[in-house]
Amino acid sequence: MAVPDIAVAPVDEGFWTRSRKVGLTLLGLGLLSAVLFGALATDQQARFTLSDDAAGAALEINGTIGAILFGIITIAAGAALLAGVPKRWFLPVLGVGLVAFVLSFLCWQVSAAPTGQNFMPLVNIIRGTFILALPLIFGALAGVLCERSGVVNVAIEGQLLMGAFSGALFGSISGSVWVGLVAAAIGGAFISLLLAVFAIRYLVDQVVMGIVLNLLAVGVTGFLYERLMQTDAEKYNSAPRFSNWEIPLLKDIPVLGPALFRGNIFLYLGLLLVLVIHIGLFRTRWGLRTRSVGEHPIAADTLGVKVLRVRYRNVLLAGVVAGIGGASYTLALYSFTKNMIGGKGFIALAALIFGRWNPTGALLAALFFGFADQLATYLGAISSSIPSQFLAMLPYLATILAVAGLVGRVRAPAADGKPYIKG
Amino acid sequence: MEPGEIHALLGENGAGKSTLMNVLYGLYQPDEGEILVDGKPLKLKGPSDAIGAGIGMVHQHFMLVPVFTVAENIMLGAEQVRGGIAGFLDRRRARREVTEVSERYNLRVDPDAVIEDLPVGVQQRVEIVKALTRDVDLLILDEPTAVLTPQETEELLTVMRSLKAAGKSIVFITHKLGEVKAIADRITVIRRGKTVGTASPEASRDELAALMVGRNVRLTVDKSPATPGDPVLEVAGLVVDDDRQIRAVDGVDLTVRAGEVLGVAGVQGNGQTELIEAIMGLRPVLAGTVSLAGERIDGWKPKKVLRAGVGYVPEDRSVDGLVKEFSVAENLVLDIYDRPPFGAGLALKPNAIAASAKERIEQFDVRTSSADAAVGTLSGGNQQKVIVARELSRPLKLFIAAQPTRGVDVGSIEFIHSQIIRERDIGTAVMVVSSELDEVIGLADRIAVMYRGRIIGIVGPDTPREEIGLLMAGISPDVAHDAVTAPAADQPDAAPAAEKPGVADGSPASADGSASEDEA
Repeated sequence: MAVPDIAVAPVDEGFWTRSRKVGLTLLGLGLLSAVLFGALATDQQARFTLSDDAAGAALEINGTIGAILFGIITIAAGAALLAGVPKRWFLPVLGVGLVAFVLSFLCWQVSAAPTGQNFMPLVNIIRGTFILALPLIFGALAGVLCERSGVVNVAIEGQLLMGAFSGALFGSISGSVWVGLVAAAIGGAFISLLLAVFAIRYLVDQVVMGIVLNLLAVGVTGFLYERLMQTDAEKYNSAPRFSNWEIPLLKDIPVLGPALFRGNIFLYLGLLLVLVIHIGLFRTRWGLRTRSVGEHPIAADTLGVKVLRVRYRNVLLAGVVAGIGGASYTLALYSFTKNMIGGKGFIALAALIFGRWNPTGALLAALFFGFADQLATYLGAISSSIPSQFLAMLPYLATILAVAGLVGRVRAPAADGKPYIKG
Repeated sequence: MEPGEIHALLGENGAGKSTLMNVLYGLYQPDEGEILVDGKPLKLKGPSDAIGAGIGMVHQHFMLVPVFTVAENIMLGAEQVRGGIAGFLDRRRARREVTEVSERYNLRVDPDAVIEDLPVGVQQRVEIVKALTRDVDLLILDEPTAVLTPQETEELLTVMRSLKAAGKSIVFITHKLGEVKAIADRITVIRRGKTVGTASPEASRDELAALMVGRNVRLTVDKSPATPGDPVLEVAGLVVDDDRQIRAVDGVDLTVRAGEVLGVAGVQGNGQTELIEAIMGLRPVLAGTVSLAGERIDGWKPKKVLRAGVGYVPEDRSVDGLVKEFSVAENLVLDIYDRPPFGAGLALKPNAIAASAKERIEQFDVRTSSADAAVGTLSGGNQQKVIVARELSRPLKLFIAAQPTRGVDVGSIEFIHSQIIRERDIGTAVMVVSSELDEVIGLADRIAVMYRGRIIGIVGPDTPREEIGLLMAGISPDVAHDAVTAPAADQPDAAPAAEKPGVADGSPASADGSASEDEA
C-alpha cells in the first residue's frame, strides 16, 4: 500500500543535519546581536518593569552589558547545536537561543530609547500580545477544525470579518451582547456553509473557493457598512461591549494576573477553546473520526464513519469559532469598520501551519505573531530607529521558515483539500 | 456461502470480483438483485449495515490510517467511549480488545505501533484483527496475497485455516490459481461480471484457467533453449537512491547477454524499480557503471539511452508508458515522432503516422475501435500491447520489460510473452522484471532475485519455486537450497527461519526498526 511519503525525513543527511544548520544560523544571529546590538546599546539601565508603566519593581540591566551577554547566550546555544545535542534537547536549546536573541535586541532598544523612556512595561506587553493574538487564536482554531477533517480553510479571513460584522450589527440592533455573540457565530458559520457546500457537495477547488469567499465577505460587509451602518451609526454600529470579568484567584498572580485575568472574556474563551479542541481532537470519538476523515477518508468510510457529515459538521463548527473570533473585535474593543480584520485571517492560517495543525501549537504560533505585533507598537512608542514594517514582516517570514522545515517537517493532514467522492 | 467455508472467487483483473464484494460490503449500491443472509433479503445502505450484518472486508489497498496507531485504527467507527456526550475514548479497553483477539487467533500485533512503521504483512494482520473485533461471521479478503512474500502468504493461509476452524466463513478473492487450490473449499469463477462456473479445488489449473478466460490458454511459455551471445548489458557495483534519498539499489552486478532472458524476481519495493530506472537514465547513478555493448551509458539522458537501442516497458503504463488522452497512433510514435518518416523539422507527418499505426495495430493484435481512439479507452491488455508494439518496432540491442503483464488479461499475457521470446530469439538481450514469480520462471533463462537492493542470488529457471521464494524473503542461497532439498523435516525448519525476515522486510523503506516493533 502506498504510504504517503512527503513527511519521511531523509535517513542520512551527512554532517549538515537540520540541527547543525539551525545551530549555524543561531550562531550568526548571536554574533550579530553581541557585536552590533552591543555596540549600538547605551550605558543606560534597561528596565523591564513588572507593571503597566514605569513605576514599581523592575528587572534592570545595563544596556551594553545586557545586549552582549544575551548575544553570548545565543552564540552558546548555536554552538551547542553545531556541536551536536541529543534530539530531545533540540527544541529547548533553540528556544533559549531565540529568546536570548530577542532579549539582546530589547536591551539595545530599551537602553537606546530617548531618556526617561528606558523601560519596557511587561504587563502591558503581555496583555497586548494576547489581545493582538486573539483573532489569530480563534482563526487558527477554525483552521484546525476544518483542515483536520480534510477541508482547506483559506476563508478564515472572511469568517472573522463576517463574524465581526454580524456581531456589531445585531448587537447594536438588539442592544444585547449575547444576541451579538450568537449573530457573530451564525455569520461565521454562514461563510463556512458556503465553503462546505461548494467544497464538499460541488467539489470546487477549496483554495479558490476560500479566496472567493474572503472577497465576498469584504464586499458584502463593506457594502452594508457604507449603505446601512453609516446611515445611522448610533443604531447600527454601536454594539454594547462585554464588561470586564475578573477571575478570582487567578487575577492575583503577579504579572500574569493583571496582564491576562482582569478583563477580556474573549481571551478566556479563546484559551478555553484551545484546551477543549485539543482534548477533543486527541481524546474523543469526535476527534478520532475527524482525524481519520482528514487522513484517509476511504478507510473511515469502510468503517461506517459518515465522511461527508463529519466534514460538514467540522466546517460549520470552524465558522462558529471564527465568527466568535470576529466578535472579539466588535463586542469588546472597537466598532465595525470596513475590512477591519485586515489580513489577520491569513496570519491565522500561517499560525495554523506554524503550529503544525495542532491547537496548542497554533496557540503558541499565534502568541509569537501577537508578540511581534505588540513589539512593533512598542518600538513605535519609544520612537525606535527600526521601522515597524520589519516586525510586521515577521509572521510571514516565520511561516516561510516553518514550512521550509526549520521546526521539523510540517505535515498537513493527508487528505487536506481533497474532495471525497464516494465509490 | 456456508458457515466455516472458504470460498474462492476467481477471475481475471477487471472481471468484477472486487465490485461484487464492494456491493456486498455496502460500499456500492446494487442496480438490481438482492443479497440473502440466512434466507432473508438484506438491504445495505453503507458499510456500517454490512458490519452490523456480520460482514467484514480486508480491502486490496489497506484501509488503515497511516498516522494512527493499531488500536486507533481498530477502534475507529466502533469506539468504546466514556463520559456520555463528550465521548472520551476508552483506549485501555480498545488495547485489551486488540490483545485479546490477536491472542485468540494467533495474530500478533502491537496495539500501540503506528501503522506507517509496520511492514505490509503486519498491516494486513491489523486489517484482519480489525474485522475480527467487529464479530464478523463472513470475512472478505480482496486479493490479500498480492503484496506478500511467499512465506507471508503461507502464514496468511494458516491464519485462514484457523479462522475457518473457528467457524468463520471466508470469501477469498484472487487470480492466483495455486493459492485457490491450496485453500478453497469451493471455487466460483467470474468473467466479465458473470458467474461462469463453480468448481471444486480438485479441478486442475488448466481447467480453472480455461474457465477464467473462456478458452484454453497455455500457462507455460513455449520456448526453445536460449543461445546466449556476447554480453550486451553490464551493470557493475550500481548504487541508486529512491525518491526519499533512501538507498534502494545497493551494489548490483548483472550481465545480460544477447539472445537470453534475464528474469528479475523479488517482492516489490526491493529496488527493482530503481535499478531499471537507473539503467534507463531516469534516476541518478550514485556509484558503479552501466554499459551497453561495451559503451558506458550511465549518466546519459533517457532519450539517448532509448536511441542507443534500448526498448523499455515501464512498470506503470498509465503513468510512464502512455499518454492516455493521446490516440493509439500518436502513442505508437511517442519515441520517434521527431524522426523521419514521422516528423521533419517542426511538423509531424500524419499520413506516415497513420499508416504505420495501422500496420502495427494489426501486427500486435491491438483491439481498438480505431487508430484515432484515445489510448485510455482501451483495456489494460490492449494498452500494454500498444507499448510493446512501440518499443519492439525499433531495432533493439536490449529490451527491458517491467511488470509486462500487470493487470493484463490472460489472452494478452500469452501474446506479450510470445513477443518477448520472439525478440530474444532474434538476438536481443532481454531483461524481465516481475513480481509474478510464475511469469519470471516461465520467461527467464536465468533468474536474478533481488532483496533489499542487492542481487541475493542468480539461479536457473528449473530451480524449485520454494527456493526462489526463500531467496525473495532474503534467505541466502545456500540456506534456501538446503531448506528446500533437506528431507522430510524441512517444512518445520524452513518456516520459522523464513518467518522473521519475511515479515520484517516489507520494503526497504519501512525496514528500519520494524522488526522490533513487530515483536513488541
